[in-house]
Amino acid sequence: MSFKTHCLAAVAALALMCGTAQAQTLRYANQGELKSLDPYTVNETTTNAHIGHPYEGLTARGKDLKIEPALAEKWEVSDDGLKWRLFLRKGVKFHGGEDFTADDVIFSAERVRAQGSNFTTRIPTSAKFVKVDDHTVDVVLTAPNPILNAQWDTWYIMSKKWAEANNAVAPTPAAATTPSYAALNANGTGPYKIESHQPGVKTVFKLNENYWKKIEGNIKEIVFTPIASDATRVAALLSGEVDVIEPVPIQDIQRVNASGNAQVLTGPELRTIFLGMDQTRDELLESSVKGKNPFKDVRVRQAFFQAIDIETIKSRVMRGLSTPSALMIAPELFPHAGFTRAKFDTEASKKLLAEAGYPNGFEIGMDCPNDRYVNDGQICQAVVGMLARAGIKVNLNAQPKGQYFAKVLKSGGYKTSFYLLGWTPGTFDSHNVLHDIIGCRDVAGSSRGESNLGNYCNKKVDELTDKILVESDTAKRDAMIKEAYKISVDEFGYIPLHQQALAWGVSKKVKLAQRADNSVLLYYATKE
Amino acid sequence: MLAFILRRLFQSLLVMLAVALIAFAMFRFVGDPVNQLVSLDTPQEQVAQIRKSLGLDEPVVVQFARYIYNAVRLEFGVSYQFRLPVISLLGERAPATLELAFMSALFSLLVGIPMGVYTALRRDSWLAKLFQTVSLVGISLPTFLIGILLIYLFSVTLGWLPSFGRGEVVKIGNWWTTGLLTASGWKALILPSITLGLFQMTLIMRLVRAEMLEVLRTDYIKFARARGLKTRAIHFGHALKNTLVPVITIAGLQLGSIIAFAIITETVFQWPGMGLLFLKAVQQVDIPIMAAYLILISFLFVSINLIVDLLYAAVDPRLRATIGAH
Amino acid sequence: MTAQTPSSTPVAPSTKPPSLWARILDSDILASFLRSKVTMVAAVIVLLMFIGAAFSPWIAPTNPFDPATVFLSDANIPPAWQAGGDPKFIFGTDDQGRDLYSAILYGLRVSLIVGGLGVALAATIGITLGLLAGYLGGRVDSLIMRIADVQLTFPAILIALLIDGVVRGIFKGANREDTALYVLVISIGLSFWVQYARTIRGSTLVERNKDYVQAARLVGLPAPLIMLRHVLPNVIGPVLVILTINLALAVITEATLSFLGVGLPPTQPSLGTLISIGNRYLFSGDWWIVAFPGLTLAILVLAVNLLGDWLRDALNPRLR
Repeated sequence: MSFKTHCLAAVAALALMCGTAQAQTLRYANQGELKSLDPYTVNETTTNAHIGHPYEGLTARGKDLKIEPALAEKWEVSDDGLKWRLFLRKGVKFHGGEDFTADDVIFSAERVRAQGSNFTTRIPTSAKFVKVDDHTVDVVLTAPNPILNAQWDTWYIMSKKWAEANNAVAPTPAAATTPSYAALNANGTGPYKIESHQPGVKTVFKLNENYWKKIEGNIKEIVFTPIASDATRVAALLSGEVDVIEPVPIQDIQRVNASGNAQVLTGPELRTIFLGMDQTRDELLESSVKGKNPFKDVRVRQAFFQAIDIETIKSRVMRGLSTPSALMIAPELFPHAGFTRAKFDTEASKKLLAEAGYPNGFEIGMDCPNDRYVNDGQICQAVVGMLARAGIKVNLNAQPKGQYFAKVLKSGGYKTSFYLLGWTPGTFDSHNVLHDIIGCRDVAGSSRGESNLGNYCNKKVDELTDKILVESDTAKRDAMIKEAYKISVDEFGYIPLHQQALAWGVSKKVKLAQRADNSVLLYYATKE
Repeated sequence: MLAFILRRLFQSLLVMLAVALIAFAMFRFVGDPVNQLVSLDTPQEQVAQIRKSLGLDEPVVVQFARYIYNAVRLEFGVSYQFRLPVISLLGERAPATLELAFMSALFSLLVGIPMGVYTALRRDSWLAKLFQTVSLVGISLPTFLIGILLIYLFSVTLGWLPSFGRGEVVKIGNWWTTGLLTASGWKALILPSITLGLFQMTLIMRLVRAEMLEVLRTDYIKFARARGLKTRAIHFGHALKNTLVPVITIAGLQLGSIIAFAIITETVFQWPGMGLLFLKAVQQVDIPIMAAYLILISFLFVSINLIVDLLYAAVDPRLRATIGAH
Repeated sequence: MTAQTPSSTPVAPSTKPPSLWARILDSDILASFLRSKVTMVAAVIVLLMFIGAAFSPWIAPTNPFDPATVFLSDANIPPAWQAGGDPKFIFGTDDQGRDLYSAILYGLRVSLIVGGLGVALAATIGITLGLLAGYLGGRVDSLIMRIADVQLTFPAILIALLIDGVVRGIFKGANREDTALYVLVISIGLSFWVQYARTIRGSTLVERNKDYVQAARLVGLPAPLIMLRHVLPNVIGPVLVILTINLALAVITEATLSFLGVGLPPTQPSLGTLISIGNRYLFSGDWWIVAFPGLTLAILVLAVNLLGDWLRDALNPRLR
């Protein structure tokens, strides 16, 4: 307020000064809202990126997504792989002034695994955190786990003292029925402090002058506003009301680039978009075929695969901004060498369908979100047209994500016959894909295959997946991963479509590094 | 008259109860709130736990009873998304919506009534025809498209007015924030108010015109003319005054439309009001917000209806007699 | 006076205006129609649009509802007269490669069906309840008007969500493609009736105290007959104006619901769905996707409203 008054009081001579100060304020608009500031409440890319400004983890991931030391300066793994020793950074302070010590790490390790946390998978339940001294912690495991710290960049460290003083020891559950201090306030060690937070309206971040490292960018203040409407968000960027927006609808990219005052940063995203088929029920929920499940026949799955003209989807629906994929994982995370997509061939599809006993095709229902992934509704519509030419009549049920997920996920009873979904492995590792998406979901009490909505299942893949988890020899591990992928590809267990593109709108005055996991991290930003 | 008021109050209470029931019943169908709260890989036991902690596993009757009990105490629970008490969220957002609604109502009345009067009095003038046509074009396009076109023209192309938000707001007391005290606040109000008010304006214009035409043909106006009263006095002293009774009703009823359409306007302009909060709540299946919003709006509505009815009774003695008789 | 037939022999000729049909017949309606050029143009436009909608399967060059005949590779082609246009697609194509001209014809049909049925439902409910409330008064009146209060708190958007949810709750696994039309018609019907009911009730409250109604009651005519034959024709006038505005409003509501994701599915686009699809391409330069359906909608609404205006004036003998 006082700053503003000064600006108002000052005349032309001082206006310049105010102008310079203004330039270090970066205004950022995202499609989604920042709901809770508690770092253990919602595990979702955009939220994690926001909270990664006031908070940070023991490790970080650089611009290339490589694991880097952060609050842990270094770590050593014992020969048997059962003990990890973490050496903590010294002299780091939380925003509230508390010193960062081993107690905070142990506290955070408990809190992140406590009831109500959405990040329990960050650390195995059986792992024990033992304090060696104020800046050394041992992690004791029951089984070797070479990817233990793969997701620690988004396991943010909280202050024990602060949490205890503010009755915030327990994580704020996603379904909190009482207000929580940690959801509205933040006290991390990160490069920015929360200046004010009005959930769903506006959040202001101020630079942490005492940050332990010099940040790359020069932004003193970040003003974050959610703008859900695509057109409004683009308009705000074009008119210069905001400096950075995410995402830019791909059809508007050209317009933004042509505007002269902003440009679009694009790049491949790690998320894989794919189609899944119900291969577990004996009769499909929504199909004209009665008494049997056509998707149990590999020829039908192949026919669906080959009916899809992925290149036209790429050029028309995605405006060139997608990477057709042969695998269920992005090439950045696992090399696609040796894998190619089965050729688009409507005639071959028809033939396969005829061989499988459906010379006239059949009718099937398809579930699709229409506000979750880039142009998801249009992709599904295109698929409907392509399958129609192979003789399959698809009844498309495209819905907002709330209703879509309620129907197709486990809690909804997997009520789908044919669906579109997207997946980014949280660990940036194939094990997650093989376990959660490709794994069989028939073992009760296991979380394997929980997001395998159509339950494609091959026990051989499961065996390999279990071996992959504990294998620390990279070459052997990769070979097994490749073998597992090959099995599922040969059986047409899924129809991977593409990796979608990132599209961030950035003012010409701003320079910003783009990370492939779609995290908008403004400590990389510089503004003239 | 007192009995009438009391009876109406009692009826209003019943209405509120019915709204609560409908709202509650509806929420059970809109979607599953739990799915919004967990990510794809949340373990199933945890999902069950969340469901239990929200009381979603209890019998529906129990849930409804608890709902009513809490609503009476203005206790709408905590938003699933924001983890803030719903009543404080709504309180925080209400000034934005009310200011927008007020400005657009003002716009529609200030522009609509004169246009209606003019088109009635000069029925065949080209300007009247132009007014009618232009106003029709205004309602021929969906609100969201009008909003986006306005943004495109005034924000992107001309760069005169902001495309989103409320501009700089000033806090008054603990509960109110206003954009009416800053230049950027006023600028931010212009496009959303026009977008929201355009439709009401057309409706009011048409209504005023129609009523004026009716009244101008009635005997007592003819009589007034015959008595040699000035045209101006006839038009504004008699005709317009008599026109205003139905306008009161419609203006009251329009409040509902304004609030309903505010949902769309607020979405397009990212206006941080209750409508935006509500739409997001519907998308995210945030039951406490939806419930509170509906009950709040219903309350507002029932109150306005009550007032309109009482005004009606006060304005038209014949109606008063009728109402009193039953 | 001798025995009267129960129908329309004027009991109190001084206060009772002639019935609606009588007015139409003796109002030189045709002459009035022929006098107004604007009305004639509007009528021709509406007629053309209704014909286009009704016969769209025969007029349209392609069937945009058949995905097998739509090629994604034809997507976003500009109108034929623009550079890059294709004479096959006069108005260009949308984001799925559908011929816009055909899509508009089919969409017009869908929109008119949704709007027409929705408004018809609303008017039926509203007029019936309004007459009952205004004529019978008392508890019936209170009850109906309280229901109207409740109704008014629910914007069409909410009602659509509600009905959509209920429909899906009842018919588990039902597809939007099958249910959307009914959901929309019912949503529109249920959210628009209040206006009719209020208007009719208001006028009925006034009419019922007039001498001719009192007289009819004295002669012992049954209430439904009085309502239908005596009161209704005298209070129906304003309804015509509401009807015209509402038909337009219904089409627009449908578009808005599409914008919010609850409208007709993009595989069977209505005009509204086409507009909300095109809306996405407004900034990218593919203006035709939103412009032609939007223009069609605007012209339709304008023409219908002009017709309504004229009809209102023509039916009102005091205005001539």
